[in-house]
Amino acid sequence: MTCIEARGLRKAFGTTVALDGINLRVEEGRILGLIGPNGAGKTTALNAILGLTAYQGELNVLGRDPWSQRDALMRDVCFIADVAVLPRWMRVSQALDYVAGVHPRFDRAKAESFLAKTTIGRSSKIRTLSKGMVTQLHLALVMAIDAKLLVLDEPTLGLDILFRKQFYDSLLNDYFDRSRTILVTTHQVEEIQNVLTDIMFINRGRIVFDSSMEQLESRYSEVMVHPEQLAAARALKPIYERQGFGRSILLFDQVDRQQLGEFGEVRTPSIADLFVAIMSNQSQGAAV
Amino acid sequence: MNTQSKALPESFGRQEVTPAVMSSTRPLYWSVRRELWEYRSIVLAPLIVSAIALFAFMISSFLGIWERALRLDPESPKLVEPFNFVALLLMGTMFIVSIFYCLDSLHGERRDRSILFWKSLPVSDAMTVISKAAIPLVVLPLLTFAITAITQSIMLLWGTVVVSIGGHSVASLWDHVPLFHTWVMLLYHLVAVHSLWYAPFYGWSFFISAWARRAPFLWAVLPPLAIGFFERIAFHTSHFASMLSHRFAGGHESAPFPASGMALMHLNVGRFLISPGLWIGLAITAAFLGAAVQLRRYRGPI
Repeated sequence: MTCIEARGLRKAFGTTVALDGINLRVEEGRILGLIGPNGAGKTTALNAILGLTAYQGELNVLGRDPWSQRDALMRDVCFIADVAVLPRWMRVSQALDYVAGVHPRFDRAKAESFLAKTTIGRSSKIRTLSKGMVTQLHLALVMAIDAKLLVLDEPTLGLDILFRKQFYDSLLNDYFDRSRTILVTTHQVEEIQNVLTDIMFINRGRIVFDSSMEQLESRYSEVMVHPEQLAAARALKPIYERQGFGRSILLFDQVDRQQLGEFGEVRTPSIADLFVAIMSNQSQGAAV
Repeated sequence: MNTQSKALPESFGRQEVTPAVMSSTRPLYWSVRRELWEYRSIVLAPLIVSAIALFAFMISSFLGIWERALRLDPESPKLVEPFNFVALLLMGTMFIVSIFYCLDSLHGERRDRSILFWKSLPVSDAMTVISKAAIPLVVLPLLTFAITAITQSIMLLWGTVVVSIGGHSVASLWDHVPLFHTWVMLLYHLVAVHSLWYAPFYGWSFFISAWARRAPFLWAVLPPLAIGFFERIAFHTSHFASMLSHRFAGGHESAPFPASGMALMHLNVGRFLISPGLWIGLAITAAFLGAAVQLRRYRGPI
């Protein structure tokens, strides 16, 4: 089943085009990473999907139009923006009471058992909790909701590495199953590389790259080349070249791995390197 | 840990999706409770005012100031004055709390970004605005009524003790402080004036709160002043200002408090309910609230 489908999704703020006719399709049960530089349109895209912003074009999330049916959609969609959105004046117990009161699919016992593993006091005010604890609380609230789509917008921003790792571990082990869909944006690309099933790069309001992780692994390869073999390797038309340890690292798109094996050890590029490669090709293309 | 995390996804997966059996009043109830959690001054402010008034009344009776009125002339208005004064004080408090609440409610959630959390829950913008509007229109009048009634009761009990110790007639005191009668009038006044007649003030405040990026108080106060001055300078008239002050003064359509008697009140209820002023005011309120709902849809954190 299709979870999110967008056709010609467009959004402009005055003369600034935030989304420039995006087409995308996310199937149920995927974990999609939406990666892009600052101001690329990630948050605008998520806001459109969550019914937080009006848009032009077609957008369908779980069979609904987010802008006109936000409240109904939110029964099936959960959303963590970043650590700063939980109301600071609220007590932890009040947050539990309130979500239990307004959300028909909230399982309070599940949230309580998740919180029991943390040091968060039930009567604490959110303003007194650390950033990491607020994220744990938000995650506890969200994981106790039986939702079909979870949207995470920079959920681990400003957290230390222990919390970040714990966050994704909890998400994968205790939450994700094949019937749920997760859409995540983050700048800490390396940390979620192993979590994702699909990846999308967005730049200047357009989707510039869209692939499943399996496809990515079979299509792209990276090899570290000796200076004397550089000319031969360059003949195979790498899409990107960078320097590391005094050698050149070349990134290839759809080049036979055996052929590349002659130059050195062939690896799958990290998402971060691929991102840099594709983004710099983009900006060169734009400059021409 | 490991076995636990392996066991959990299964139970998640098997769990039947419970259909949304939730009455529409439930989110409303919790949304109103949420407002009371956030704005504790709604409850605290009248309680503090009531405590101060009680304290002042006790001092006055200790010093024999209040009691003197009973001794010299049981008909003296000084006897009932503290009772009416407490009611007025609490109503004034309520109005101030209402306006500040309305101006902050839709602005504060954008300022502290919590709007993103509220909007991630299945509560519509209309439901949110209705639950917020219920605070000045329903919750505060009823709360003010309850606190006033309790405060006046305590004052009367205290007064009874003071009077009987002083050897005066308790019956005379109870005769001159007709609390039940006052309460009927008070409740009518709170509902008619503070809720229904003042509704446009609250509606305007909500609208400004949803619209303004900063300084909602200034945006709420300065434009009406500007319109008034403009009219005065341009046309040498003051229709706008007199319209506002007529509305603020309670209007002649609603019963004045507490001068009129019971019989007059019955008359006034009918006249009030058919007065165009009431319905025009309510229509304006509805328009402001509708605009606030639309604004909340479009506005994100600031």
